[in-house]
Amino acid sequence: MSDDNDQRTGITAARAAMAGVTAEPGASKPDPILSATGVRRAFGGLVAVDVEHLEVQRGSITALIGPNGAGKTTYFNLLTGFDRPSKGTWEFNGRKAHRMRSYQVARAGMVRTFQLTKALSRMSVMDNMLIGAANQVGERMWAGLIPPLWKAQEAANREKALELLERFKLIDKRDHYGGELSGGQRKLLEMARALMLDPKMVMLDEPMAGVNPALKQTLLEHIKNLREDGMTVLFVEHDMDMVHEIADWVAVMAAGKLITEGTPDQISADRRVIDAYLGAHHDAAQR
Amino acid sequence: MDWQFVFSQALTQAIGPTMLVYALGAIGLNLQFGYTGLLNFGQAAFAAMGAYGLALTVVSFDLPFWWGIVVGLVAAVIMALLLGIPTLRLRADYLAIVTIAAAEIVRRLMRATVWSDTTGGSDGMRGFSEPFFDMNPWPDEGSGSFLFFSMEHGRLTADLGIVNFQYSNRDLWIMTVGWALVVIILVIMGLLVHSPWGRVLKGIREDEEAVRSLGKNVFAYKMQALVLGGIIGAVAGFIFALSRANVQPDTFTTDFTFYFYVVLILGGAARLLGPVLGAALFWFLYNLIAQGLNQAIRSDVIPPSILDATQVGPLVFFLLGLGMVLLLIFRPQGLIGNRKELMLDVR
Repeated sequence: MSDDNDQRTGITAARAAMAGVTAEPGASKPDPILSATGVRRAFGGLVAVDVEHLEVQRGSITALIGPNGAGKTTYFNLLTGFDRPSKGTWEFNGRKAHRMRSYQVARAGMVRTFQLTKALSRMSVMDNMLIGAANQVGERMWAGLIPPLWKAQEAANREKALELLERFKLIDKRDHYGGELSGGQRKLLEMARALMLDPKMVMLDEPMAGVNPALKQTLLEHIKNLREDGMTVLFVEHDMDMVHEIADWVAVMAAGKLITEGTPDQISADRRVIDAYLGAHHDAAQR
Repeated sequence: MDWQFVFSQALTQAIGPTMLVYALGAIGLNLQFGYTGLLNFGQAAFAAMGAYGLALTVVSFDLPFWWGIVVGLVAAVIMALLLGIPTLRLRADYLAIVTIAAAEIVRRLMRATVWSDTTGGSDGMRGFSEPFFDMNPWPDEGSGSFLFFSMEHGRLTADLGIVNFQYSNRDLWIMTVGWALVVIILVIMGLLVHSPWGRVLKGIREDEEAVRSLGKNVFAYKMQALVLGGIIGAVAGFIFALSRANVQPDTFTTDFTFYFYVVLILGGAARLLGPVLGAALFWFLYNLIAQGLNQAIRSDVIPPSILDATQVGPLVFFLLGLGMVLLLIFRPQGLIGNRKELMLDVR
């Protein structure tokens, strides 16, 4: 568990590392965990994503923002292997990742969550957690037949799941069905489940969508703690206040392109971002 | 009207050879549909692979009985791979469309006249079950009795006073092997579905994208479930062919698959014993209604002007269909399913 001090150190460290980075689209970072070049996805004639270059600094919280239809989620799906790009290459943690399938991406250490939460309804919260654990011997069919082969590993995974459930305040719900949880609890479960894989990078697709203000604060704390635990976070978000509060770096997409990058302060002041959200020449129209 | 006879007949059938065919086919379907969420509408074709694999090998190619069993199992595996490779990466309903079509293709091929010298065309084949019945340990001569069991000229009677069970020694041999297979397969399935492997299957049923995002090769798991369920379907085919001592293409229609579904839903999907209880109840009710109506007509309880003997068959299916509708309304979870689980909001 990290307290306020740790969090501040994490912020300082992440922001210090990126102090010299210029605020321009495709800016190179000192220690990128993810580096993507020329990623393009066209649906017939419609180019949904066409991002020249993006790097994500290791150990930082990076926000991907932009108006509806900017291609954020599509870009997300491409990077995590849930969609195939028309072209483009990227490296994750030093490995070529653009040909990986979604499950291989997850195994390599990049784990995502979904905008519409995907709790496994007719399975217990505990089973939801356990299914997340990586490299399970008992998940091979033949080994599954012989419990002594996997019982010890299962017990260790159960310990780990209990710790995470404790941390995410879901411990009392462990024997409930996933489908019995409230919307907010499902968000927490999904995040906790992702951590069962010990990811290096966590990709959160609109973690705050449809979440009440009280829970929002809790989720924010959890996301900050991910960075304190050494993980990199990339998240898609609409809410500028939230971005301001936790992001070390912000990338802005509009109409499929990366239009700018920078610290939250730089982005809030950026003319192009306001134009992208509210439409260009919005004040010209007012006149 | 002889109620004792009606009940005895229905109970005899409820644990007999035909019930075992339904139970085995539905157990395979339970792994695919109940646990993994795969809509396999071609279980009849997997059963046909077993039945025809055995019959063709023994009758047309003159190979030993055990070769027939091996060929039937291999045919089921190949069929599962052929159906699964193109469809399991696609959305769930594609598998349903492809399997229902493939099952019809299989049936049409079996009854095709071009190969009727080999396959017997629409008449099918017989003469492959002798090696199986040669192994029969139940005697067809002599007599004896033990408690309420008595054996006479190859017929076993279990007289429980109110009802009695009667089986020929051939039925007994089918039932010995069939029930042994049911137990073995259920033990294996019990181990599997309670292992981490089974947990991944259930996860796929709930939301395969979520499972994929957790680093599991969903395609491989679905394929394993399809193959394993198909193999169990082929085993059902063996028992089916052997219990009738013949194979006929038109017994492997889509109806056959849907009976497996009825049995599975009646018993309770995603429950280990669901298919067995479902098969017993389904076949008990079928025989109870059919025998009951026949008896009632014979003893003039129902006059011929209302119902005659030739109309009993269709009426039984009408009543079973009605029963199925009522079941889905009032007890959608089946005999031993979990209602709470079923009522959960599954997006």
